[in-house]
Amino acid sequence: MAGAEATIAAGRRAAGERRLRPYLWFIWPALIVSSALIIFPWIFTIWMSLNDWHIGSKQVFVGLDNYLNLLTNRRFLESIGHTIYFTVLAVALPMVLGTMAALVFHKKFRGRGFFRTLFIMPMMATPVAVALVWTMMFHPQLGVLNYLLTVVGLPPSQWVYSTTTVIPSLVLVEIWLWTPFVMIIVLGGLASLPTEPYEAALIDDATQWQMFWNITYPLVLPFLVVALIMRTIDALKVFETIWAICNGGPGTASEVLNIYLYAQAFAYNQVGTASAVVMVFFAIIVALSLVLLWARQKAKWS
Amino acid sequence: MNYRTRARIRKAVDKVALAVSVAVLLAPCLFVFFWMVSLSLKYDIDNTAWPPVFWPEEVTFDNFAKVFDESPMFLYFWNSVQVTGSATLVALILGVPAGYGIAKARAHKMAAVLLLSRMTPGLSYLIPLFTLFQLLGLIGSVWPIALTHMVITLPIVVWIMIGFFETQPHELEEAARIDGASLWQAFYYVALPLARPGIVVGAILAFISSWNNFIFGAVFAGRTTRTMPVAVYNMLTFESFAWGPLAAAAIVVMLPVIILTIIIQKEIVQGLSAGGVK
Repeated sequence: MAGAEATIAAGRRAAGERRLRPYLWFIWPALIVSSALIIFPWIFTIWMSLNDWHIGSKQVFVGLDNYLNLLTNRRFLESIGHTIYFTVLAVALPMVLGTMAALVFHKKFRGRGFFRTLFIMPMMATPVAVALVWTMMFHPQLGVLNYLLTVVGLPPSQWVYSTTTVIPSLVLVEIWLWTPFVMIIVLGGLASLPTEPYEAALIDDATQWQMFWNITYPLVLPFLVVALIMRTIDALKVFETIWAICNGGPGTASEVLNIYLYAQAFAYNQVGTASAVVMVFFAIIVALSLVLLWARQKAKWS
Repeated sequence: MNYRTRARIRKAVDKVALAVSVAVLLAPCLFVFFWMVSLSLKYDIDNTAWPPVFWPEEVTFDNFAKVFDESPMFLYFWNSVQVTGSATLVALILGVPAGYGIAKARAHKMAAVLLLSRMTPGLSYLIPLFTLFQLLGLIGSVWPIALTHMVITLPIVVWIMIGFFETQPHELEEAARIDGASLWQAFYYVALPLARPGIVVGAILAFISSWNNFIFGAVFAGRTTRTMPVAVYNMLTFESFAWGPLAAAAIVVMLPVIILTIIIQKEIVQGLSAGGVK
């Protein structure tokens, strides 16, 4: 019977191709342009990662030397550590807050649309401009944040001016910017929920918490995983806010992978090293995304 | 206490809890915007006062005047309009048919390319393209910046349009096909006019992301080709303590995006949440 199954599968594939073919003309132009924009950089990057090239000097083929050097490069390894530290916080906190916000904005109340618009404003605002405002707020002597801390009786903080508090402070900015994004995705999930299970639960006298944990949570889980994947990718790629607020400093205390990459490429002109960093960086992003996509499949089945 | 009063009390408690949670969520979000506006409207002496001045006694627009006097803001604005406008326009021309094709042919594997483009760090495009543009002598005009911005705008347009065309009923196009219209005619005369709201959302979201982008401009822009975010970033490095003009510049940059967000606020929530699931 395997033969018959194969025929059916082949037939299905042929039907798929028949469906696709006439529409290819709609897709080609975009596909060609995006491939040109993506493929050339990729070939260049892979090739350059095998070369030692400092802009202005001669280019030498060095094989895997760039990668081997990265393995023992303390600044590079530290930047991976900073990236992980930053990403864990900048994913977990917006996820929790964004989900809570979605639960609130899913409720019907007067002025909901207006308040929801206010809430999504941060993710639309220009990140560099936002970063400037936060830089002024973080100022240890004159910044408004330290004033607010003293008002509620807490000791002032050094914020982005101390090596120990810089990453958590930057995470604050990230939370402010991207919690609305998580909220929007989860809100879409909540809007798609059926009402029957809730009605049944109400008849059974279930508590709010029981309804959330046993009905809402499992049904919204696929949406949470989508938000998690997007947020993780974006947090790994963080650049603009850190660059504008503290430039990876003090010292290299907040130098995440992207900042390290920028410094190698455009401050030191080390194209070879930078290309190798891009390859490692991309491998990390793909690996993490695959893990999360796998988690998504699991969430769908259970 | 009978059942009815208890239910009423419970309802009131729920209402208060809801109001409190909305307030708690919005307070930090609005405070940053409030502080930005406050800084931009105060004299320097108030901006560097301790304790900070929240409501200024005297309001000034000098900071805004300073932004426009001391830097060629109108030039930067025009640069941004050219870059973002052309990147969005080309993305629409290429992306709307592509979104239509992918949705109608249900070619979801092609949509995976979009996820890949989101996963690639923007900087990884920049090193090769920077080298290429330098070889071609293109550095110093706005067009290489516009070209790189396509990396941002095209996936957004395609993404939104796939979601939009998938929910569009296909009976009308089929009727047109039976009447002898070609695939292209069915798209151009039937599907496209119906998709106008989706195109508006896609265009505005692409516009916003491109307008907000800093890094492409930062690498490619020369003195006269800076986009708005790059111009504002440069103000920071030169006038670290002139908080008023800095805040004013921040407002000038984000004002167009804020206005666009308000115009399509309802569709943003729908468009983004629908796009996220697939």
